[in-house]
Amino acid sequence: MNIIVPIKQVPDLVEELEINSDGTDLDREWLKMKLNEFDDHALEEALLMKDDSGATVTAIALDGDDIDKALYAAAAKGADKLVKITGVSGNSTHEAAKAMANAIQGMEYDIIMTGVQSVDDRDGQLAVILAHYLGNSHVSVVTGMQASGGSVTVQKEYGAGMVAEFEASTPIVLGIQAARETPRYVPVAKVRRAQKSSTIEEVAAGDIGVDAGSSVSKMYKPDTGAGAEMIGGSAEDQANKIMELLTQKGIK
Amino acid sequence: MSNQIFVVVEHLKGKIEDITFEMLGKGKEMADASGGELVAVLLGSGAEGMASQLGAASKVIYVDDANLAEYNPQAYCKAVGSVVEANSPKMVLIGNTSMGMDIAGGVSVDLNIPFVAYASGISNDGGTITSALYGGKMNVDSSPSGDGCIVSVISGSFPADAGRVDGSPSVETASADLSGLTIQFKRLIEPEGGDVDITQQEILISVGRGIQSDENLPLAEELAAKLGGAISCSRPIVDSKWLSKTRQVGKSGLKVKPKLYLALGISGAPEHIEGMKDADLIIAVNTDPKAPIFDYAHYGVVQDLFDFIPALSGKL
Ligand SMILES: Cc1cc2nc3c(=O)[nH]c(=O)nc-3n(C[C@H](O)[C@H](O)[C@H](O)COP(=O)(O)OP(=O)(O)OC[C@H]3O[C@@H](n4cnc5c(N)ncnc54)[C@H](O)[C@@H]3O)c2cc1C
Repeated sequence: MNIIVPIKQVPDLVEELEINSDGTDLDREWLKMKLNEFDDHALEEALLMKDDSGATVTAIALDGDDIDKALYAAAAKGADKLVKITGVSGNSTHEAAKAMANAIQGMEYDIIMTGVQSVDDRDGQLAVILAHYLGNSHVSVVTGMQASGGSVTVQKEYGAGMVAEFEASTPIVLGIQAARETPRYVPVAKVRRAQKSSTIEEVAAGDIGVDAGSSVSKMYKPDTGAGAEMIGGSAEDQANKIMELLTQKGIK
Repeated sequence: MSNQIFVVVEHLKGKIEDITFEMLGKGKEMADASGGELVAVLLGSGAEGMASQLGAASKVIYVDDANLAEYNPQAYCKAVGSVVEANSPKMVLIGNTSMGMDIAGGVSVDLNIPFVAYASGISNDGGTITSALYGGKMNVDSSPSGDGCIVSVISGSFPADAGRVDGSPSVETASADLSGLTIQFKRLIEPEGGDVDITQQEILISVGRGIQSDENLPLAEELAAKLGGAISCSRPIVDSKWLSKTRQVGKSGLKVKPKLYLALGISGAPEHIEGMKDADLIIAVNTDPKAPIFDYAHYGVVQDLFDFIPALSGKL
């Protein structure tokens, strides 16, 4: 079985996010990037399937900041092949998906799995858009799967813990919400070794001809704290104030 | 392009989901403001009776097909695509829900029309859409550049009551070619019952990734015990298997409305907010003064939870 895992770097939300001078995007110069956490789950699920049944796992990504590191980290975790798509300028999901579809069309695959969403996919989630450019079927919010022969049983999560099960034939594209296991961790030393021992195959993006279909007029921070009355002081002061509040509201 | 606003109806086990009424309420406001028509798109098998709950719309387009008896990602994509293609509405509202996430992007590609996701606001002329991105840390306003636009709407963004109108909208039946499906529905798996039903608790002490390790959970459990409440959590805590799924608050977890919701080390991503924003009293403790949770909390404490919890516990 061949599994392709599209991965992407996204801004680390633990860091302060700043807006650029024209107020339409993040100031990307100082951003600290990290792997989209749901892509990490997709990669983990693919690697678990490899552990179970010997699948070949290919990690694929668009060229961009820190992407080589992310691909080598995927290799260190167990990915067999690394592919980088070059020559994509826009950053919309539609463009990314079209470039991926162009690259993937020439590859052999049974299942494509990627993160269910990312923090910046304003024009939609990659998995479903990629699936439709490829003419494949798709299921999003996947929390489990069992593959056998040319078919796969997929568990999709609804709200309130309700899960729907589908039977699908491959090829299929899945938007992964959570892997069976917590994504594995690799130490930096192992990533460095992977960098020496593995190669990243570069593929040109080809004809894209699509865009986000909408244009951004403004990016702004929601009024953080606008709703909350902020309680200052030391932890001790704050706890006192909260105690007062709980007493006053009849909670304690 | 017509002057219609479409709302794709979401239903499960015979019940129309709140998100549908939220979108109908917003769609009605938009249609009234622009002299347009609000249309509900209902898919199912023998589900025509639901039309009477869709009175906010002036018309229901209903597709009846055995392949739509249960929700099926592929069948829904095809059916919604075919109804949208036949009518060219000005805007199509789809829930940014588990189901909607299968449909919106697919229809956008198949019909080559714009898609704006994660909408928490829409101007009444449909010209400006506000999306909540970066885990709720940034809002982005955008305008669709082409005709027709698919918008996926975050649950809880608009009041459901405005769209919960009984009535007898006209029902127009439509058909869609659903041959050659490669995905089949198998079954629904009901959630396992938990030891505690967090939707029935008056006091919830809710922990997020800020708790760092399952070894630290007893800290929060002790606080919950002293306050006479129960422990709930954000999704990553469940994905790490530190707490059971029955404790999860949010979009793919449970919606709670306790008297006190104490959020410890939870950032306030839109998917979490969906589940708790109607609590009577929300107190958030977070080291990041910019955490989006403070937009929804009534009281905010910028503090390390490992300092705050012992301080509060000590007073109980
Ligand atoms: C389809 C879908 C459905 C989802 N459904 C849900 C759902 O039902 N429920 C849900 O919760 N999420 C859900 N999510 C996930 C959601 O997008 C977020 O990833 C998640 O809510 C983040 O959880 P968190 O706030 O605990 O973690 P993080 O976002 O990592 O936040 C941790 C917070 O802890 C703070 N912190 C760190 N250390 C400390 C400390 N020592 N003291 C105090 N504060 C500290 C940090 O400043 C940060 O704000 C869903 C996602 C998708 C795609």
